[in-house]
Amino acid sequence: MISPRMATGAQEKQYPASLLNFFVYNPKFGPKEGEEEKKILFYHPNEVEKNEKIRNVGLCEAIIQFTRTFCPTKPAKSLHTQKNRQFFCEPEENFWMVMVVRNPMIEKNKDGKPVVEYQEEEILDSVYSSVLQQCYSMYKLFNGTFARTMEAGGVDLLKQRLEKFFYRYLQTLHLQSCDLLDIFSGISFFPLDKMTYLKIQSFVNRMEESLNLVKYTAFLYNDQLIWSGLEQDDMRILYKYLTTSLFPRHSEPELAGRDSPMRLEMAGNLLHYGRFLTGPSNLKDPEAKFRFPKIFVNTENTYEELHLIVYKAMSAAVCFMINTSVELTREFCEQLDSLVGPQLTLLASDICEQYSINRRISGPEKEPQFKFIYFNHMNLAEKSTIHMRKTASVSLTSVHPELMKILGDINSDFSRVDDDEEIIVKAMTDYWIVGKKSDQRELYVILNQKNANLIEVNEEVKKLCATQFNNIFFLD
Amino acid sequence: MSEEHYLELCGNPVQFENASSVNNVFFDEANKQVFAVRSGGATGVVVKGPDDKSSVAFRMDDKGEVKCIKFSFGNKILAVQRTSKSVEFINFIPDLLHLEYSQECKTKNASILGFCWTNWNEIVFITDQGIEFYQVLPDKRSLKLQKSQSINVNWYMYCPVTSVILLSTTVLGNMLQPFFFRSGTMSKISKFEIELPVVSKPAKLSLSERDIAMATIYGQLYVMYLKHHSRAVNNPGAEVVLYHLPREGTCKKMHVLKLNTTGKFALNVVDNLVVVHHQSSQTSMIFDIKLRDTDSSTLSVHQPVVPARSIHPYKIPLTGPPAVTTATPVPCELYSSTWSVFQPDIIISASEGYLWYLQVKLQPVVNLMKDKGKLMDFLLQRRDCKMVIVSVCFQMLNGPDKSNLSVIATVFDKLNQVYKEYLEAEQSYTMAVETGQSRGNPAQKRPVRTQAVIDQSDMYTHVLSQFTEKVDVSHKFIIAVLMEYIRSLNQFQITVQHYLYELVIKTLVHHNLFYMLHQFLQYHVLSDSKPLACLLLSLESTYPPAHQLSLDMLKRLSTANDEIVEVLLSKHQVLGALRFIRGVGGHDNISARKFLDAAKQTREEMLFYTIFRFFEQRNQRIRGSPHFTPGEHCEEHVAYFKQVFGEQALMKPTAS
Repeated sequence: MISPRMATGAQEKQYPASLLNFFVYNPKFGPKEGEEEKKILFYHPNEVEKNEKIRNVGLCEAIIQFTRTFCPTKPAKSLHTQKNRQFFCEPEENFWMVMVVRNPMIEKNKDGKPVVEYQEEEILDSVYSSVLQQCYSMYKLFNGTFARTMEAGGVDLLKQRLEKFFYRYLQTLHLQSCDLLDIFSGISFFPLDKMTYLKIQSFVNRMEESLNLVKYTAFLYNDQLIWSGLEQDDMRILYKYLTTSLFPRHSEPELAGRDSPMRLEMAGNLLHYGRFLTGPSNLKDPEAKFRFPKIFVNTENTYEELHLIVYKAMSAAVCFMINTSVELTREFCEQLDSLVGPQLTLLASDICEQYSINRRISGPEKEPQFKFIYFNHMNLAEKSTIHMRKTASVSLTSVHPELMKILGDINSDFSRVDDDEEIIVKAMTDYWIVGKKSDQRELYVILNQKNANLIEVNEEVKKLCATQFNNIFFLD
Repeated sequence: MSEEHYLELCGNPVQFENASSVNNVFFDEANKQVFAVRSGGATGVVVKGPDDKSSVAFRMDDKGEVKCIKFSFGNKILAVQRTSKSVEFINFIPDLLHLEYSQECKTKNASILGFCWTNWNEIVFITDQGIEFYQVLPDKRSLKLQKSQSINVNWYMYCPVTSVILLSTTVLGNMLQPFFFRSGTMSKISKFEIELPVVSKPAKLSLSERDIAMATIYGQLYVMYLKHHSRAVNNPGAEVVLYHLPREGTCKKMHVLKLNTTGKFALNVVDNLVVVHHQSSQTSMIFDIKLRDTDSSTLSVHQPVVPARSIHPYKIPLTGPPAVTTATPVPCELYSSTWSVFQPDIIISASEGYLWYLQVKLQPVVNLMKDKGKLMDFLLQRRDCKMVIVSVCFQMLNGPDKSNLSVIATVFDKLNQVYKEYLEAEQSYTMAVETGQSRGNPAQKRPVRTQAVIDQSDMYTHVLSQFTEKVDVSHKFIIAVLMEYIRSLNQFQITVQHYLYELVIKTLVHHNLFYMLHQFLQYHVLSDSKPLACLLLSLESTYPPAHQLSLDMLKRLSTANDEIVEVLLSKHQVLGALRFIRGVGGHDNISARKFLDAAKQTREEMLFYTIFRFFEQRNQRIRGSPHFTPGEHCEEHVAYFKQVFGEQALMKPTAS
């Protein structure tokens, strides 16, 4: 897992932050001495010797218990040590999730001997607490709550599900590239004109009516959200799953298929590019299985279990969510394919056309002097010119990790107070960093102007707000 | 069973004395008058028109059997034809002599087939050898020949609405020659040939006037030809062929109406629909030439709009003193062989003494027509369509046979197409008036708003607002319908009225669908307006993000800076409000008192200091002194400032 990065000095090796342990436990499950193992519901890595597992879990329990004495409602969230940092989270009553992250380190060669230096201050609590929280949200999306699983099949079923889910999921955690965006865990919205948006609305409503089993629908284009019938929090995690896991896995055939469509369906003379991203990969296959991933939404109140059908044509993707009490058949999938495929294909090319028109009107995008991250807590809208397109493996940033850390620090400052704030930082490397918070919105700007002074930087940011955010109320 | 009789006879027929051996009945299509001539006029002529004004009664001398009798427009002059050689005239103009005067046809040996008035004092004689166009000079009691044309005529037909006379010429009779009359002029329109199903040998008159009718449909004159089923060809039935007769240019065969049956037919035109009565089956069918089945550009073939049905059963009301009318009304025999049918919409039963106007009832058509899109096309062309359309829309959204969304979308699009066309016409009229006034041009005609224009307020009042209050309809469907309507309006670039947005918001809020609302606002589907922004503000307590949405909207409006300041001050964001107003350059005109009040309320002394200092500086800049004027009513705040920060903290006036 650890891949050393060659730094400036030839002898120096850098090791980024990495996952050391990840475990889930419930202190109520083995309260008696000698039964401590029963508390442990999941432990990564599994190879760790039993007693060490028990010791580590016990330590966490103790720390949480101890810190409770200072503030009963807010026990410790993290524990900083020289080598690593532990993050605690209690997503459901008495169920604790703990993530232990090894601090980044530099291996230096001193007198021919490798010496390791831990960089204790490099990682941010807020970032990794959010990552841990996301782990739970993602688990819950596909498995429901711990409590419900306990009701359904007791601790064995819960252990089984945790094992099955986290075994794979933890491999996709790329702790070294986590940053501010993980704190926001926002949604990127696709910019669209009103008319095209209304067409999509109309499409979604018609589809829901024709396929009357559909409970919720979400519509995305270019991996950006356009419409969500799901509530915000559920959409947030589903969006994360779609954009960081499902879509990247299917992106290759898409790219290859641009000139020679992989599958051209004849449906009433209309060619369409629609295909299932979940469920059957080929409807014509007589062996095809019509099984879709199950997701759990509205777990706070109605607790719904749904089939997740993701269907895509060109860059447009629709998620249809159907109650799992309904069994999905071949006939249904064929109906969906023949109904949605042609219309979605048409709509996708409509959106593409409209989008390019709008771009042409707004003029060619010049490479701006600055990079920014924008986030709105109200609708979770995020926008970043710092991050490259997310891939399955890593989210690439175009700025130095040092700067990213400053952004994280500013964010931590913002989260401490409710008032509107503005923070301007001059970084070591001639960069200026401006953080602005107005009502529920946050904006972080990185300016690369060597000899600029504070006033000029302030002016630059004003200009940026006037051009990029002129249609929202953003105090300056 | 739902009502299916889509045709009916009007409830208030024109009643006249029925035809008998002593009473002859004539009908004039031009004035729609029925003449009951008793004993050649000696015992009275009773004229009944569509209204009381056009009804008259008089006597005239019996000078032989009357062949034809008609008033000129406005009942000015009466023309009576008794022989085939001449027509007699009687002035009905006050102060002019009431004595008859006569005019013989000019052509030797010709016999008069008939005559038509083309103006109050202009008349056309049609003889078997041509036509003669006269001006009547009532004061001189004589006529003056204006123009004449020699041509062999089999029969003629007159369309008073367009002043066109059609002459059947040639041996077969199928070469039709139209003439057009307008204030003293007679012009010939290019002749045309009716295609006969079979040409008889030897040649004889093959086109009867019974099979030809003229009527204006959608503002255009058509010659309708009832083409009977020919036995020779394997033809499924008779058809009506419509020849379009433009004032200029050539007559073209445009439409074919398939009757799919054979027998005796009669034609009417009601509300731009061609009605074909079929006597043997006692049913009628309707055709709408604007509903196109086939998309061929030159000739379109039409099937009946709905299946044939008989005219609604009709009972003759018994007239007489109330005491006598104890008997139940007598059912009237429909499709009687004694009926005469006249254009466009008149049916006369001479034996019973009734004249009815034929009427189309839209509701039965609605019941018979399942395709809602086609139904809308049909209804939008009808005269009294509004309430029917509105009720169709309402039913489409409700109850067991509600339509699916794509049908609803189609219907909305059709309505808005018409609505948009009207708005555009109205707009270009307004523009023309504005520019015309400045140039002194005569104003163009204001576009007529027909009942087919169903605007947003109609939809809101009669359909949507009631529909959204239904409890048995799923909110998903309600919202889908509202969005579909808004989509359709947008598609036709019609500005959406804010009450529709309010309806959407109300519905969403009612069902706690705030996230949906948020998304709609995010994509500006609900257009910005002050009322909408205020509505959002009022939602803040139930949905906090509404505050942000509202502020964004006020900002985009760019005319609502005062409102923004109020909102911020109400949130105790005094500094924010001040920075905002300074940012938009309005800080010289704001009330110091308002800001100082808000600052004092926060109980933050430093904030109060800052705000106070800002206004002192403003006073200095504007008036050269930091002091507040009495008009600003800030004495209380000055005192408070002194109390907290001391007198010396007040800004000193800088000497200029």
